[in-house]
Amino acid sequence: MNSIQQKRQEYRSLFKQNVAKRLLVDKSVRVIVFSCVVIAIIPLGSILFEVFKNGLAAISIEFLTQTPGAVGSGEGGIGPAIQGTLIIIGLASLLGVPIGVMSGIFLSEYGDNAFARFVRFFNDVFMEFPSIILGIFAFLVIVLFLGHFSVWAGAFALSLIMFPIIARTTEESLKMVPVTYREAGTALGLKKWVITFRIVLSAAKSGMITGILLSVSRIGGETAPLIITILGSSQFFSSMDTPMDALPLRIWRLSLLPYDSAQLQGWGAALVLIIIILGINLGVKYYFMNKKSGLFESIIKQRRNITK
Amino acid sequence: MTNFNLNLKKKITSDKIFKLAATLAGTYVLVIVVLMAFQLMSESYPIWEKEGLSFITKTDWNAVEDRESFGVLPYILGTLTTSAIAMMIGVPLSIGIAMFISDAPPKIGVPLGFLVELLAAVPSVIYGLWGLFVFRIYFRDWIETPLHNAFGDNIWLFSGNPYGLDILTASVILAIMIIPTVSAVSREIMKAVPQQQKEAAYMLGATKWEMFKLAIFPYSKTGLIGASILGLGRAVGETMAVTMLIGNSTGLGAIPSSLFGPSQTMSSVIANEFVEASPASVHMPALIGVGLVLLLIAIVINVVAHLLVTRMLKIKEGAINN
Repeated sequence: MNSIQQKRQEYRSLFKQNVAKRLLVDKSVRVIVFSCVVIAIIPLGSILFEVFKNGLAAISIEFLTQTPGAVGSGEGGIGPAIQGTLIIIGLASLLGVPIGVMSGIFLSEYGDNAFARFVRFFNDVFMEFPSIILGIFAFLVIVLFLGHFSVWAGAFALSLIMFPIIARTTEESLKMVPVTYREAGTALGLKKWVITFRIVLSAAKSGMITGILLSVSRIGGETAPLIITILGSSQFFSSMDTPMDALPLRIWRLSLLPYDSAQLQGWGAALVLIIIILGINLGVKYYFMNKKSGLFESIIKQRRNITK
Repeated sequence: MTNFNLNLKKKITSDKIFKLAATLAGTYVLVIVVLMAFQLMSESYPIWEKEGLSFITKTDWNAVEDRESFGVLPYILGTLTTSAIAMMIGVPLSIGIAMFISDAPPKIGVPLGFLVELLAAVPSVIYGLWGLFVFRIYFRDWIETPLHNAFGDNIWLFSGNPYGLDILTASVILAIMIIPTVSAVSREIMKAVPQQQKEAAYMLGATKWEMFKLAIFPYSKTGLIGASILGLGRAVGETMAVTMLIGNSTGLGAIPSSLFGPSQTMSSVIANEFVEASPASVHMPALIGVGLVLLLIAIVINVVAHLLVTRMLKIKEGAINN
């Protein structure tokens, strides 16, 4: 009797030890995993802090509108760079958005065969290509062909970064539109392209806009392909056939100069760039959370009501 | 009746055009990839003609006229070293983040996930700027110098005077830059593990960590490897931040000798020298050849990664349907 109780006591303490040990391991993993998140967020915080702290000191009306002054003088501004970034984003979108959207339509509406799966796969792989190689490609087909640096080459290189992203986000958002919408169109005797453009695209509008804006924010910060296609300049845009400036290029060039004033201007340019890009990202996130989910939730709710 | 038939026919033609346009747009990506490979091959032909396969194994890099000699090996080594170190630092962190976020309640998980993804939105050149003027200073004073003082005399890895513009700094920045990619994909993959598997583990009395060990890791192993390789692809192709931080030595000097030595990667040598190279000399074909090697490496890495990741997500669909 006594020995059984002793054994029971022994087992109980062993069990407690075991549980305590496992809980301790569990807790320490929890701490480690949480500290991973903290470690990742520290650089983000530091980057934002430094860019805002140093950049605000450089910002003024002249800085935003004037051409760069003499090297190292600390005078002048980044007007051409801001203008160039806007131009290049516009042209790249002109080239990249239609192809991206059509390609997304192909993947979603005609995407149920081996060829489309092949395209989708290559689309995903292409999305991860080093951007500098896209720059070399644009250089070879446009700059070398024309014989001079060209704004089109830069826009083409950036459109190559853009269109796979748009294709995939368009595909995903078209797929979220219920089949019943398309069937309703077919029942009305509409043509497939009318159904796609008028019904499906308008139902998937916010998802597509999200994708397009995210791709714009991605190319807005691209530097590597621009170095070898539009080169950079200190003048305002004059023609499509001359070098042009862009914010990331200007930041890079300023960071290479050994003057404190150039460094300060670099931070200022970085502040402008990061406000544009994070602005798009945060705006999309806000739009996405408040509107898009609302739209799709309402669609899903309607569907549920119908099936009920 | 005829009118109806006519209508039907018209409708079919316009739809055919639509389908053709969509298919052409879908094919665009294939055309571009093929054209790109072809262009890089044909434009880099002079360097293959001059150096042959020794272009890949040689270590010189000399663009001076009449003494031109180009070998890409140092830059391949530089790329592999920085990417490998970035993976060693970045992947465990990313998997930790994915574990935390996939498991946290949405109220905490969603905003934290968004913050981590914002790291991907920061342009590469701003990482470079921050690395050059902020991170490098702290990193040199607080981590590199103590490491050098402690181990520099005995371990070759830590020899060389830390200056901040070196392999380790570039690798750590790369690690930060791959975190959003790897953690976002890992998170998706961990979420794809069927709920039943997790519940089964909990039912056996597993703690959360044991649940991860029993249910999630074995199930998502392939996908997590795929996610890491995706991060590797990012690291291999990354240009600006590395160019600004790696010290940009060329030729023999670019072969990684210690963590605190300068080096050069394939993408950074292109960014540094492409504009100065004249299309008439063999310098530009050499740089395009570097681009070709980089393209091949990137294709292999990304194809493998996508195969692993999509296989994993396919398993998920099957499991749910069953």
